[in-house]
Parts: sequence; C-alpha cells; structure tokens
Amino acid sequence: MTAAPHPSDPSTPRQIHLAAHFPGVNNTTVWDDAPPATGRGAARHPSLGSQIRFDSFVHLARTAERGLFDFFFLAEGLRLREHKGRIHDLDVVGRPESLTVLTALAAVTDRLGLAATVNATFNEPYELARRLSSLDHLSDGRAAWNVVTTSDAFTGENFRRGGYLDRADRYARAAEFVAAARELWDSWSGPAPEPVRHRGAHFDLTGPFTLPRSPQGHPVIIQAGDSPEGRDFAAATADVIFTRHSGLAAGQAFYADVKGRLAAHGRRPDDLKIMPGVTFVLGDTAAEAQEHAAEIRRRQISPQNALLAAEQIWGADLSGYDPDGPLPDIDPDPHSELAQGRVKIADPAAVVAKWRALSQAKGLSLRETVIETTGRQSFVGTPQAVAAEMDEFVRARAADGFILVPHLTPNGLDPFVDRVVPLLQERGVFRTEYTGSTLRSHLGLPEAVTPVWQGEAS
Amino acid sequence: MASPTPQRRPIPLAIALDGPPVTGRPAAPERFDASGHLRLVRLAERGTLDFVTLGDAFGRPGPDALAVLSRVAPATARIGLVPTVTTTHTEPFHVATSIATLDWVSGGRAGWQPEVSLSAAEAALFGRRPAPAPDAAWREAGEVAEVAARLWDSWEDDAEIRDRAGGRFIDRDKLHYADYAGEFFSVRGPSIVPRPPQGRPPVVIDATGSGPEGATVRQVAAAHADVALVRAQDPGTASAARDDLRSRARALGRDPDRLLVLASVEIELYASGDAVALAELIGDWYADGAADGFHLRPAEPARDLGLLVDGTVPVLQHRCLLRRFYPGATLREHLGLPRPANRYARAREVSR
Repeated sequence: MTAAPHPSDPSTPRQIHLAAHFPGVNNTTVWDDAPPATGRGAARHPSLGSQIRFDSFVHLARTAERGLFDFFFLAEGLRLREHKGRIHDLDVVGRPESLTVLTALAAVTDRLGLAATVNATFNEPYELARRLSSLDHLSDGRAAWNVVTTSDAFTGENFRRGGYLDRADRYARAAEFVAAARELWDSWSGPAPEPVRHRGAHFDLTGPFTLPRSPQGHPVIIQAGDSPEGRDFAAATADVIFTRHSGLAAGQAFYADVKGRLAAHGRRPDDLKIMPGVTFVLGDTAAEAQEHAAEIRRRQISPQNALLAAEQIWGADLSGYDPDGPLPDIDPDPHSELAQGRVKIADPAAVVAKWRALSQAKGLSLRETVIETTGRQSFVGTPQAVAAEMDEFVRARAADGFILVPHLTPNGLDPFVDRVVPLLQERGVFRTEYTGSTLRSHLGLPEAVTPVWQGEAS
Repeated sequence: MASPTPQRRPIPLAIALDGPPVTGRPAAPERFDASGHLRLVRLAERGTLDFVTLGDAFGRPGPDALAVLSRVAPATARIGLVPTVTTTHTEPFHVATSIATLDWVSGGRAGWQPEVSLSAAEAALFGRRPAPAPDAAWREAGEVAEVAARLWDSWEDDAEIRDRAGGRFIDRDKLHYADYAGEFFSVRGPSIVPRPPQGRPPVVIDATGSGPEGATVRQVAAAHADVALVRAQDPGTASAARDDLRSRARALGRDPDRLLVLASVEIELYASGDAVALAELIGDWYADGAADGFHLRPAEPARDLGLLVDGTVPVLQHRCLLRRFYPGATLREHLGLPRPANRYARAREVSR
C-alpha cells in the first residue's frame, strides 16, 4: 500500500477522490450540434463526438488520467428503453460492452482505474469472475466492478434465463455472487490453483479457477443504490458506493448511516468510499455559469423530451398537449406500463401536485416546469467556487469524493481537469501525482481480504 | 480435384497463438499481463498476416481470449483479431455485444471463433446444467452465431440521425427486434451496440469435423462461417473437406465463394530451411486447389513465428502469393469478403 495521508491526522485535510463517468445514454447528455450558447467552452466544442467510436473513450479516459482521477466509470444497459410500446428515440443511445472497451482502454492509459457496471442477474460467477480477473491482470491492477441487479422481465427477454427476482432475492443473490467470485479470485494464491467448492442458495460450483490472484487481489467492488437492502449490501461487501447527490445535509445523513453500518461487518469507516454522481457547469463569473447551466438544461430537455417526461409521470399519452402550454389537466395513472426499462416513479400523484404548484406560482409552461424540476446541475459556478464547494462537501463528511458526469461526449471533462483540478491541488485536497499503481492504492483501500461468507442474511 | 473457381491472390494466411501460456515475464510468479501476446501479434502484423486466432476454454489457464485481444487491439493497426468465444454456458446477448465491441475498439478487425464446452469439469464451474452432448452443443453454437448476426444487424448503419428539429437521436424504424426463438434460447433485441464497423465480424469455425458430431459441425460451418478451418496433414484431406463444405453451403443457398476454407496445419520451425520448406508446402497445396488459404498452428508461437515472418513470408511474397502490405483496413477487406448487407434494411426495401 502507498502512504496515503492518514484521514484522522488533523494536519492533513481530507482528500477528495474523483472519478469520471462516460456521458450517459439518457437525456443528461446533450447531443445536438449547436455549440453552447455561452461560456468559454463554445469554441472548443464545435460539434459533439460519437458515443460509440473508440476515440471518444480514449479522449475521456486520457483526460481523466491527465487529471489524476481515481477511475473511469461505465454504466450498462441491457435493453433499449421503450416508451408507449416503441423504442425511445429522443436521447443518446448505443454503447459498447463495458468490460471489452475497458480492457482496450488499459492499452492507452497507465494508472487510471477502470470500472465496469455489470449486471449480476444475467451472469454467472465463474465467467464474470474470470472476465474481471482478466481485466485486472491485463491492466496491472486497475479493475473495478459496479455490481447491479435487475428486477424486470423486460430486460430478461434478452437473456437465456429471462425472468426476474424480487428485490430482496436480487441482493441475496448478488451478495452470494460476489462471495463466490472472491473465493475464485483467492483460489490460486500459491503455486497452483486450489479447487473451489461453493454451494449456496443461488450457486453451486466446483473446480479450479484459471487465473492466479490478480494484482489487486480482488477488483474493487462498487455498489449503487440507496435502498436499505442496498446500504447493507454495500456495508458488507463494497469498496465504493456510487450514490446520488442530494445536498449537503442529506449527504451527511446518508454518509453517517452507511459508515455506521460498517462496524457490524468488522470494517472501518475508511474501508468504504462514498462517491455521489454529480454534474458541474463552470463559468468565468457566477452569473455566466448560471446562464450556461440554464442553457444546458434547455438543450437537455427538448420540447419532445419534456412531453415524454410528463408522460412517464402521468402514465398516459399526452401527445395532444403543447409542451409550451400549461400542464395537463388530467390525473396520473399510477399503474401505467407506458415506460419500460426505466425506474418507476413511486408516487406520481405527489409529483403532479408539486409540478402544478410550481407551474402556478411561477407561471411556467409544461416544458419550463420540467426544466425547473429535473436535471439541475450539482455544482454550478466559477472554478474557484466549485472547488471550494466540493472541498466543503468532503470536509463536512457528506462524501469521500465524486463521480463526475459530463454532459458532452467526449470533451465534457476537459474544463474540469483544466480549471478545477489545479485549484483542488492548491487546496491540498487532491493528489498532484499518482503515488501507487493500482486502483486500490488510489482509493486508499486496504488489501483485499476475503470475509467468510456466512450464508444468506435472514 | 482442383476447384473450378478462380484462385485468390494473395492467399489468406492466419496464425494461431495458442501454445504454452504466455506470461510475458516467465521468470516472475504467474502473472498474465499482455506483453507476451502483444509481441506475437505485432510480429504477425509485421508479416502482414490476415489474422491471429487465440483459443480459449473455461478450463484453460490464462485470461479470457477476447479480453487479451481487446487489450492488444489499440496497440496494433491492421491485423485481424479472432478470439475463441465459448457458446456453451454463456449468454448469446453478451457474446454478440462483446464481439461487436471488439470490432469497434479495433476499427473493424474483429472476428470470432465459436467453440463448445463439452466437459463435465467445465459444466461444474457453472453448476447450472450438465455438459451437453456434442451434437446438441454444436446446434446451440449455430443458434448463437445466428442470433449474433441478427443482433449486429438490429441497428441499420444509418440509424443514428441526430435530427435536431424533430428532437430525435435515432430513427427507430431503423432499429429492429431480433426476435429469435430457437431450440435452446430466445433473444428479443435489439442490440445495445450499434452495428459494428464490419457489419458482421467474420465467423471462423473449426470444421474439421472428426468426431461423431462431425456432420453437424460441418453443417453449422456451411450455414454460418465466413472462414472454415480444416485440420489436415495432406492436401487430399483438405480438398475433400473443402468440397464438402462448399456443396453444403451451396445447398443452403449460399455462394460458396463467400466461405473461405483454410487448411489448418501444425508447424514446427527450427531453422530458416524449415521456413522455406513451409513456403514450398503452402505453394504446392495451393496450386493443387487443396484450400483457399492457410491457418498455421505453431507448436511454440514464440519460437516459430519469428522464423515464419522472416523466412516463410518473404518467399511467398517473392512468388506473389502473399501481400507485402495491407491495402485494406478491416479483416473483411483483408480476406476479400464484402461487408454484408443488413438483412432488416433489405427486408424493408423489399416490403416497400
């Protein structure tokens, strides 16, 4: 391990960890060809790059590595989303398979961690453990796995085993999956592989693993999700939590809750890093940044996208409504199956009530209401202000760092690396060089050890 | 025996990189970085070979073959990269998207070699079902090849439109459900990956067909392969297999010239004289019409490949049987195989 500053040393400010998310397949990624209306980025982004060509991935990964980021993060989608029974066509769509593109990126980067989101529901421990260990070997110790699960039969239609599991079973299966993978990763620690015998409620596998223990021992495990089951899974199993940014107070509450769960699993608070996914907009002045942020939101939420957002909440076809007119005057249908492949909205009636109040109070159209209520950027301001706010967030124990989600492919991270990273370094809260070679060392995580799997939690 | 079809020049020439595990640092504790494989692939590329194959099996020591060649792709420029991908115990959707991604990261140089897993020991690593019978496993491999081709076609090449006025990123009429339901699995589609640069990365199948399931393997190759490998120790065996594969392809309604049959020959080269003799053998077999090209399987790639590139290749080039540089960029271009039309786009044109 490297000599990372000890977090409890009062003379050393709390260090920030940073990761870069490849811009998503969703409406947060701006794709139309108009240059940004304002801001110094305008000249540098004359057009927007491909979401699939490898050079886009190379540019973003190298930018992250130039900025000394901890890791590069890829999300996953296993079924194209649908709306009103048809393939959703308004947002960026189409992406590579994560593990393969990250293994290729290992050839063009040296230190950057490489994190793949891979669904545990539609994979088997032996095969996925082998693929992740391969990435860790071929990248000299930079692999991470963001463990996700899927509940919907809609996605299952693309897979042999189809079907789905209920929420509790999904986490139980995922926990056993990770445990089995770790048994495999540990099984070739000496001169020859020792056969693994794993028998549990979900998996029953026997035999030798084909790779010696990889440079990190275990690839870093990331978990995303805020539910109580997700928090317990993370406390028991994960090295990093990818959470949603939810303001300083809510962030502190989440942070305290999750860190408080670690002791029960024999782990220390620093053994699990909490990293919210965040967006940012920079400007030379606060006003310019705000103006730029508003323009980005207008471009993220086209008239068509505003109508679609409303249809997801109302659960009804609203194509007869004008996005620049008032909100629909009908009640939402909470049982609608209109949207597939998206997270269900828990209480659509409450959302509609909130939107109506906002629309009336400010005199907003349907589209303006959507712009006002969704997609607000996490950090908006001058580079100095953004650096100060991020530092404050981490000092106040609302996060250990951030997963940045740029809104442009592939140049969206450049302004942050050019303008904010140096200020974080000046503040003494971000590394000025990589001191280790593995992702575990960047994150200051302990050596990988295998907790004994105790079977299913009740 | 000689085929009536015109012979190809240059002769397709491929090399297998299988052999003792390549660790890159033989003296160090077992550590599988990419340096050993990268050195070999670069050497093969210096010899302007069409493609390398890298075998794989779930019980084989070493990293996943597709991962190794993904890692090698950005560090090479022209040579085709053909990993073995096991179709037993794996998800066809993941198989298709991984190979499509190898094609994207390599700029159109991916192929794949479907293989089956027949051992009880490998089945136990998954613990989901017993090892399949060979015949069933190959029928399943054929289904995976079929569904992969459908998923690669499930995006038309011009599906991405970025229509600013209409707010539409894609033309969803140009995305298609694969809607595959076969004997072994079903897949709905479309793919999550846009159609790869080559349209469909070439399918390479070992069609030697020596076991009892041989006829099934030949049939799967005749239906799905762009390149068939036939292990042979004499030109007569290779030629007979080629005739059989071509007639099967013809019976399936395929143009047999779109199925290249490569004689797969084990080689051991100890001196430059061996390398020259190999060039003579390749030239003779080719003149006899035994094969459309050659897939060489060195006993020790690290030893044999250097002699091949510096000894065999120049002789074949001198005889104008082998290219001196890569005129094309993609594996299909190297092999003279056209980029396939999209079946769904074609269906749409016809129904219009």
